[in-house]
Amino acid sequence: MGQVSLHGKHLLGLQQATPEEIKLILDVAKKMKQVVLSDDKKIPYLKGKAIINLFMEPSTRTRSSFELAGKYLGADVINISPSGSSMGKGESFRDTLLTLSYMGTDAIVMRHSAEGAPLYATKAVDPIIINAGDGAHEHPTQALLDMYSIIEQKGSIEGKKIVIVGDIMHSRVARSNIYGLTKMGADVHLAGPRTMVYPELEKLGVTVHHDVREAVKDADVVNVLRIQLERIHSALYPTNREYARIFGINKDVLSLAKDDVMVMHPGPMNRGLEISPDVAYWDQSVIQEQVRNGVAVRMAVLYLTIHGGDGSELAN
Amino acid sequence: MSLLIKNGTVVNPAKQQHEIADVLIENGKIAAIGQNLEANGVEVYDATGLIVAPGLIDIHTHLREPGQEAKEDFHSGTQAAAAGGFTRVVTMANTTPVVDNAPLVRGLRKQAELTGVVKVEFIGAVSKGLEGKELAELGDMAEAGVVAFSDDGHYVESAAFMRRALEYSSMFNKMVIDHAEDVTLCKNGHMHEGIVSYEMGVIGRPAVAEDMAVARDIMLAEMTGGHIHIAHVSSKNTVDMVRAAKAKGLNVTCEVTSQHLSFTDEYLRDYNPAFKMAPPIRSEDHRQALIEGLLDGTIDAIITDHAPHAFEEKDQEFCCAPNGFSGLETSLAAVITNAYGEGKLSIDQVVYHMSTRPAELMRLDAGVLEVGKAADITVFSTTEEWTVDRNQFYTKGKVSPFDGMTVTGKAKLTVVDGEIVMKEGVVLR
Repeated sequence: MGQVSLHGKHLLGLQQATPEEIKLILDVAKKMKQVVLSDDKKIPYLKGKAIINLFMEPSTRTRSSFELAGKYLGADVINISPSGSSMGKGESFRDTLLTLSYMGTDAIVMRHSAEGAPLYATKAVDPIIINAGDGAHEHPTQALLDMYSIIEQKGSIEGKKIVIVGDIMHSRVARSNIYGLTKMGADVHLAGPRTMVYPELEKLGVTVHHDVREAVKDADVVNVLRIQLERIHSALYPTNREYARIFGINKDVLSLAKDDVMVMHPGPMNRGLEISPDVAYWDQSVIQEQVRNGVAVRMAVLYLTIHGGDGSELAN
Repeated sequence: MSLLIKNGTVVNPAKQQHEIADVLIENGKIAAIGQNLEANGVEVYDATGLIVAPGLIDIHTHLREPGQEAKEDFHSGTQAAAAGGFTRVVTMANTTPVVDNAPLVRGLRKQAELTGVVKVEFIGAVSKGLEGKELAELGDMAEAGVVAFSDDGHYVESAAFMRRALEYSSMFNKMVIDHAEDVTLCKNGHMHEGIVSYEMGVIGRPAVAEDMAVARDIMLAEMTGGHIHIAHVSSKNTVDMVRAAKAKGLNVTCEVTSQHLSFTDEYLRDYNPAFKMAPPIRSEDHRQALIEGLLDGTIDAIITDHAPHAFEEKDQEFCCAPNGFSGLETSLAAVITNAYGEGKLSIDQVVYHMSTRPAELMRLDAGVLEVGKAADITVFSTTEEWTVDRNQFYTKGKVSPFDGMTVTGKAKLTVVDGEIVMKEGVVLR
């Protein structure tokens, strides 16, 4: 231990991350969670550092979670969105990045609709780039908080049957979870309609199902993805009614899973579509706890990349 | 003005010639090809160890003039051609305005003669404004000297329109060059669809989009007797279908780009827009099928699909950047590096696909070294290694997937009508 360091590194995704790096983030997140739960949440390891949240797509939980994570660590954090910036005047992405990076900026947390945009940013400017979701590619901190939540409830990830249900092909949350969970030894299953889950994905070391009941059988964890309603117009599914009936996660489906099955959802939910309300607010659902864990995980990521170290200076 | 190219290996597929010989050029024409030629007071170029070939011809170039001069113009584009060893290029009609009428063709031919470094031929649009609705005046443009018709950049979506275009164009003995990609299957797509695009989260342009379009247009060629030429073939099913069509004796030909012979979709993992093009770079099984298609003659020509864009247009997020890049200055090296050698193309086949056959397809009096013919000659090395530097390009489009790569094979001398227009990488006009 102590060999792995994320200091000065970007976090673009989990496909390139090592298991040791993932473990380091999750270990530090455990300490950060104590801070989030405490009365005095200010631990100023990032005092004097500047973080820009560059969010080119709407976001509630990820943006506010990154903002609070930075502030709890004592950094100065500002938020930029296209409507209130020069991007609305047609400034190119490169020029926007250059401008933002010349303000003493230590890190840019970026949400962008274009896959690969954070990688582009690493080649264009100097600050540390943290990917907060790029198109349908990756959303690494979401997967890390999902993994943290699993460990918190189940003790470990290795060997656990984890089912991801929904529009896998268009989901950055699914991709990051697949890359992260398979690295950590989980038994990963994907489920959804044939238009949203391609059999070729089994090349990534997962099992693909189009029968959600078969997928959920004996599952330890079911992670339900948000269905984007506009997908009806590209013929990915016929109606909300049929999706809910065939692929919706409800208590009846979950009766096939392990008794202590844990349910997750990255939010925002379409209650009654991909997840039934009684499951959403069930005591085996951890959807709100995921939000809290999100702050802890993002604190860990910002701390490890901007400040460095292995977190041993933090209180347990 | 005379020139003697000495001691090179003359590769001249039209005459089944492959031997060490000298080539003497006088008054813009080839005066003699033979052993130990002597001439007093002429410039001598020592081609020892080099290939002496009929000038390379690119039948799929975008010179962007008129209207898109920020990307390229006749001068910069033909400088790039000369640098890459091309003595003649055939430029596409998707300019601003579209080349869809004879007066424009006549004016542009004059302009290209004035400012062009190498010879330029023109393709006329099939449909007015590339809209796929009304036929452009194909007969008028044929008289004005276009060598073929194409709405390249756009698939002709209406099968009925393509049928009429093939029927009508057949009267003028000119082919219709077909950008074959079904639009509905490619909507919002940015790269080959497969496990790599699935991992990257990028919407794909599946190979079947090309296959379907090609299948339709081969059938229309059979029905009409018109000549369909499939542009930039990228898919293995297309190669199989063209092979079968040729076996049936149909009027079907095709071409492949040097970049589709060089890369696979694995190269796109960094979301580098330089690799973004349509049709997309596909997987290794497709690349192998393309090389096989060249080996058995199913694929007729190797092209550059030189498609320059201004730096600021290409320098964007992957999904926002336009398709295409500048290929004239790297195409020969790409072919030598990736498609030439043991188990792949011979040097005779390289010259055949890059000069002899393209000239035949476009019915040009070129592509052969013969006494009395215009001295359009390319001298090139098959062994010289060099590192591609986009900032050294003559093209205005300073973006290339080959940038920074070390490649083998380089044009050394480009001769047009007996005049040296490029020597050792330096363009002289």
